[in-house]
Amino acid sequence: MKLHCTSRSGGLQSAVGLRRLGSRRSLISAFLFLPTACTFAAPVVVGSKKFTESYVLGEIAKRTLTDAAIPAEHRQGMGGTIILWEALRGGQIDAYPEYTGTIATEILKSDSTPSLDQIRDSLEKLGVGMTAPLGFNNTYALVMRRSEAQRLGIRTISDLQRYPDLKFGLTHEFLERQDGWRPLRQRYSLPQQNIVGIDHALGYSALANGSIAVKDAYSTDAKIEQNDLFVIEDDLHFFPKYEAVFLFRSSTRADAIAALRHLEGTLDETRMIRLNAEAERTKNYARAADLYFNVGAALAPRTSGHSGPSHIDDSFPHKLARWTLRHLQLAGFSLLLSIIVGIPLGIAASRGGAIGHVILGFAGVVQTIPSLALLALLVPLPFFGISVRTAVAALFLYGLLPIVRNTATGLQDIPRSLRESAVALGLSPIARLWQIYLPMASRSILSGIKTSAVINIGTATLAALIGAGGLGEPIISGLNLNDHVTILEGAIPAAVLALLVQWCFDLLDRVLIPKGLRL
Amino acid sequence: MSALVKLEDVCKRYDDAIALYPTNLSIESGKTMVLIGPSGCGKSTLLRLIIRLIESDSGSIEFDGKPVTPDNINALRRRIGYVIQEGGLFPHLTARANVLLMARHIGKSEEETHNRLLELSELTRFSQDLLPRYPLELSGGQRQRVSLMRALMLSPELLLLDEPLGALDPLVRASLQKDLKEIFTRLGQTVLFVTHDLAEAIYFADAIVLMNKGRIVQKGSITDLRERPADPFVSEFINAQRGVSLQ
Repeated sequence: MKLHCTSRSGGLQSAVGLRRLGSRRSLISAFLFLPTACTFAAPVVVGSKKFTESYVLGEIAKRTLTDAAIPAEHRQGMGGTIILWEALRGGQIDAYPEYTGTIATEILKSDSTPSLDQIRDSLEKLGVGMTAPLGFNNTYALVMRRSEAQRLGIRTISDLQRYPDLKFGLTHEFLERQDGWRPLRQRYSLPQQNIVGIDHALGYSALANGSIAVKDAYSTDAKIEQNDLFVIEDDLHFFPKYEAVFLFRSSTRADAIAALRHLEGTLDETRMIRLNAEAERTKNYARAADLYFNVGAALAPRTSGHSGPSHIDDSFPHKLARWTLRHLQLAGFSLLLSIIVGIPLGIAASRGGAIGHVILGFAGVVQTIPSLALLALLVPLPFFGISVRTAVAALFLYGLLPIVRNTATGLQDIPRSLRESAVALGLSPIARLWQIYLPMASRSILSGIKTSAVINIGTATLAALIGAGGLGEPIISGLNLNDHVTILEGAIPAAVLALLVQWCFDLLDRVLIPKGLRL
Repeated sequence: MSALVKLEDVCKRYDDAIALYPTNLSIESGKTMVLIGPSGCGKSTLLRLIIRLIESDSGSIEFDGKPVTPDNINALRRRIGYVIQEGGLFPHLTARANVLLMARHIGKSEEETHNRLLELSELTRFSQDLLPRYPLELSGGQRQRVSLMRALMLSPELLLLDEPLGALDPLVRASLQKDLKEIFTRLGQTVLFVTHDLAEAIYFADAIVLMNKGRIVQKGSITDLRERPADPFVSEFINAQRGVSLQ
């Protein structure tokens, strides 16, 4: 169940990328050393899924480890269950918060309801350990507006049978889950036909303005109280238990495992709801995590700018600079690769024949894969995983086609008489290419590069989905939090960046395209 | 008289069409030989075979007594100048850079190339003021003069001209014809000139080679062709062209 929320597959949901603590330097260095996947100090890496509660739990784990003098970092909002699980098994992360129900159904694919011990044994065989429950059960629930529930007299899910016209807005993940909508409908014989898939955060707005009547939620969701929603009672006890635990690699250092075990049984539902509410209110996950460690101090309203010493400067201009720099690194590095690989491929393709067809065909096929799907396809591969590498690789592949095709076309468009003149003069093949053919095709090649650059700037916003940062961070956070201002904080700079890049390339045309071709 | 270029049984076929039947031809040093014939008769094919823009299917071509092979062709190309109808100038290079392209490629000294450039611009009556211009900034006649300078830059032993004046208007064409003939004479240049215009052929030729459908029909002076046609096609071709010029 729970992936709670947000994140469903389709999604951009996520939350936040919010604050990466400490991280401007580490982001940049991760990027610079990208090919060598640095592992020097080997901190314990905690991952989290893309929704508020997971972020908060991730922060708590990181703090706990740090307090125990164990170097730790938190990779926030990496994705959904499968991505986190694969990252854990692949060693990209060492631990992440999970829910027992999700482990049973989504990871172990169990049809029955295994006990905690059974789950622990099964995970053990896969090289993964599990803490005891942290103390709260975050199960799925159906919710509706309290006023509407009272008006219709709905108290239990069975009561819904009497209202076949109610419109349901369910998250995509809930619609697809083995323990989600389909078995629920069967169990309760629900007659409703008007079911739409909707992002979790957006669903709350839809519920508030009446465009849907019922949606799925999870029981520790802070929005239930904030929006005065009614949790419809699961009278047939359909939803399994979703007790929060931490999963960790069995090979994780023993003192780190011991530290995580200190969290067992320390978080009840009331407390978790409160942390979630604080996180959503302040949009600061670290601060919400502080609440866990220092209840008294943290509950006092903080003035802004009072963040702890471990926080980097998070004023908007700084965040914007950080996102933009990262965005340019992602787009720029991948574009460079596209150019280095694309132009030679384009030269080969311009000669036609089978090789040319294969090259253009391959580049074309890559372009037809939706960018989200391409990211998802790369994530399970050994070298990639949840990393900047994956984002750069995907952007590189996307940038390839325009460059390859324009290089090939530009070369093929050179009139035969001019090619023959170059040959007849006695120029060597390399001199022909460098002095004649490439300069003559320069306009076409540059326009291919320009197209790639603009596409890359746009597509790079998706990199935030796999935690690679950039201007997609605020966009995805905003989508998750249903916060339009935050979305615009990323969307507007991304658009401006695309225009600037276009403009820079227009200037570059004047420098790089020989004057004789511009007459 | 020695043959600078000698073709023996050279033939070229494209799929099922034969572009050139097995052909023998010798090009004498210091003479201008004109290849003439209707479109598709194989005259351009023959020219392109010599500079190896296309490869012959069989037969052999000798240049200066040595067989032309893929290994020596690039060196030989530097001893051959080649001018085509549209000039073949590279649009991204100035007139000057076009002319100097090969000299720079093979590392000739700036002084030597500069002097040669001055010589050529005088020879071809191309104003030095125009040298910094790009091809698109020149007229058709000026472009052909630059193309000729480029072909002559390395003092080639053989000059191949493939309808070099075909795209020019009559006045420009007449003045260029006159200049070209003077240049050939002055340089004692060996020339193989392709045209479909009989008057032009007569004006330039020491020997005329008439071709039709991939074969050489007759070779000789214009008098030979007129008075001793080897074939009814020869008379037909000559009469047809005369008819046009009378109009």
